[in-house]
Amino acid sequence: MNDAAAIRARVRLARAGFLLDLDFSAPARGITGILGPSGSGKTTLLRCIAGLEREGVGSVAVAGTVWQDAACFVLPHERAVGFVFQDARLFPHLSVHRNLEYGRRRSADGTGVGLDEVIELLGLGALMARKPPGLSAGEAQRVAIGRALLRKPRVVLMDEPLANLDPARRQEILPYLERLHARLTIPILYVSHGIDEVIRLCDHLVLLQAGRVHGAGSVQDVLAQPELVAALGEEFGTILQGTVRSVDANYELTDIDTDAGRILVPGHHGAPGQRLRLRIQARDVSLAIGATGQSTILNVLPAVVESVRPQTGGYVDLELRVGTAVLLSRISRRSSEALGLRPGSACHAQVKGVAVKGAALGPLN
Amino acid sequence: MGFPGLGPLWLTVQLGLVTVTILLVLGTPLAWWLARTRWRGREAIEAIVSLPIVLPPTVVGFYLLILLGPNGAIGKHWVTLTGQTLTFSFTGLVIASTVYSLPFVVQPLQNAFEALGRRYLEAAATLGARPLDAFVSVALPLSARGYLTATVMGFAHTLGEFGVVLMVGGNIPGSTRVISIAIYDHVEALEYGVAHRLALILLVFAFAAMVALYLVNRRWRHE
Repeated sequence: MNDAAAIRARVRLARAGFLLDLDFSAPARGITGILGPSGSGKTTLLRCIAGLEREGVGSVAVAGTVWQDAACFVLPHERAVGFVFQDARLFPHLSVHRNLEYGRRRSADGTGVGLDEVIELLGLGALMARKPPGLSAGEAQRVAIGRALLRKPRVVLMDEPLANLDPARRQEILPYLERLHARLTIPILYVSHGIDEVIRLCDHLVLLQAGRVHGAGSVQDVLAQPELVAALGEEFGTILQGTVRSVDANYELTDIDTDAGRILVPGHHGAPGQRLRLRIQARDVSLAIGATGQSTILNVLPAVVESVRPQTGGYVDLELRVGTAVLLSRISRRSSEALGLRPGSACHAQVKGVAVKGAALGPLN
Repeated sequence: MGFPGLGPLWLTVQLGLVTVTILLVLGTPLAWWLARTRWRGREAIEAIVSLPIVLPPTVVGFYLLILLGPNGAIGKHWVTLTGQTLTFSFTGLVIASTVYSLPFVVQPLQNAFEALGRRYLEAAATLGARPLDAFVSVALPLSARGYLTATVMGFAHTLGEFGVVLMVGGNIPGSTRVISIAIYDHVEALEYGVAHRLALILLVFAFAAMVALYLVNRRWRHE
């Protein structure tokens, strides 16, 4: 996270009833999710990086170039950012084509995606002659993403690009974002308040809380920390990277290879070779010792207890070594003591639920 | 002139066009500034701009006469520069009309710029547009409705002014004798026929301009 090519922002900004004091950094590759409750400063952080907030004091540096520090403030139009606003902000008087060209014509020549590639990546071919007022919200947001990419940015800032879309439209756009993730090398900062979106798209995660950075790291690491995840009002659990091995057409089961071994998930989740992310909530992992006999649970994996951490409320959180992965489990303290679980105990992890989070094409770390 | 009154009519149209052009050029930065500044004295400037709406034209004309007259603060320098007086000249009339019609141009522009907000300009900036570029390529076309209103109102209002012209311009044919003065003269001379024709021309023009403005505005609103 400390290499020179990374994105760093040190921002202090006081507003009525709100103090933002962030020391933010993100790696130079991949998608970094920025997650936090409303009012935690997510949008303001992006606006500071883009130079749209003049009042903020601090420093901003992207890929080794300083955009802001005590001595300088590079104006927004001179910062190579691709900003995707929550409300798209396409220019209503210009056609889709001219909206896309707007940023491209005003950007220095450089390497980056070309118009044809953007049209193909985002499926904009049929929209080029249309005007923004005639576009659906999902179409408008795809055009806005394309327009931001054609500005040849050094960082793409996406401010909840899916927030104004209904769930069906979101499902329509997510595959496009996944394609961008696979094809582009520019770092993307992705503000979101949906944990599913983040698991599906992001490699890294920064949690904001009340104007401060509350936690940061890989998506796997951050979501494995109960206290961080609880702050989001979410269940903590394990994220596993998987590859589809085969699909049983008869039982409609997808067989997925993961670091924790083979996992079966009902339903069709892509062709063999398809890469996926799986999320297993800690509450959905129960433990058994000895022969388990017959059970309706599909996935029973041999495991070794690595740590046992008692929690308030009668629970214990366990880290389990399963294959080369670490699986999190939350069970009652009574059950844990009845089984005599301690570090080194061999047991079987019974996985009750596995959620498949789309096709994550990029590397997880 | 085959038809009495065409001279004043043409002069009036010239005055309106020149005045509106000047007002659009001066009013744009003023309205832009008023729409975006957070300066405390902003309301005072807005009040000054609106004064011509509430003051009797003779009051505005009286002060302009003092300012522009051969001994006035502005008129004095004009005389040394050009050797001519500013009052009772076409140039003086243009200056007076510019002051008098200022609010009718500045207010629609200010409303348009306020409605536009910062959203699109921020988008333009993040796409690499300098402030002036963003203004021309985004703010100007998106404020087209405000510009149309400003142009029509500024022009129509200049055509109709009477008191201010009488105070600073008088009644010099071909130079300051605009249509509203000409109508007054014809009525005074009991030439009701000519007065009727000229009044009708103004009435028809004003009505047509307003209808066109409302129609265009409604079409834009529904787009």
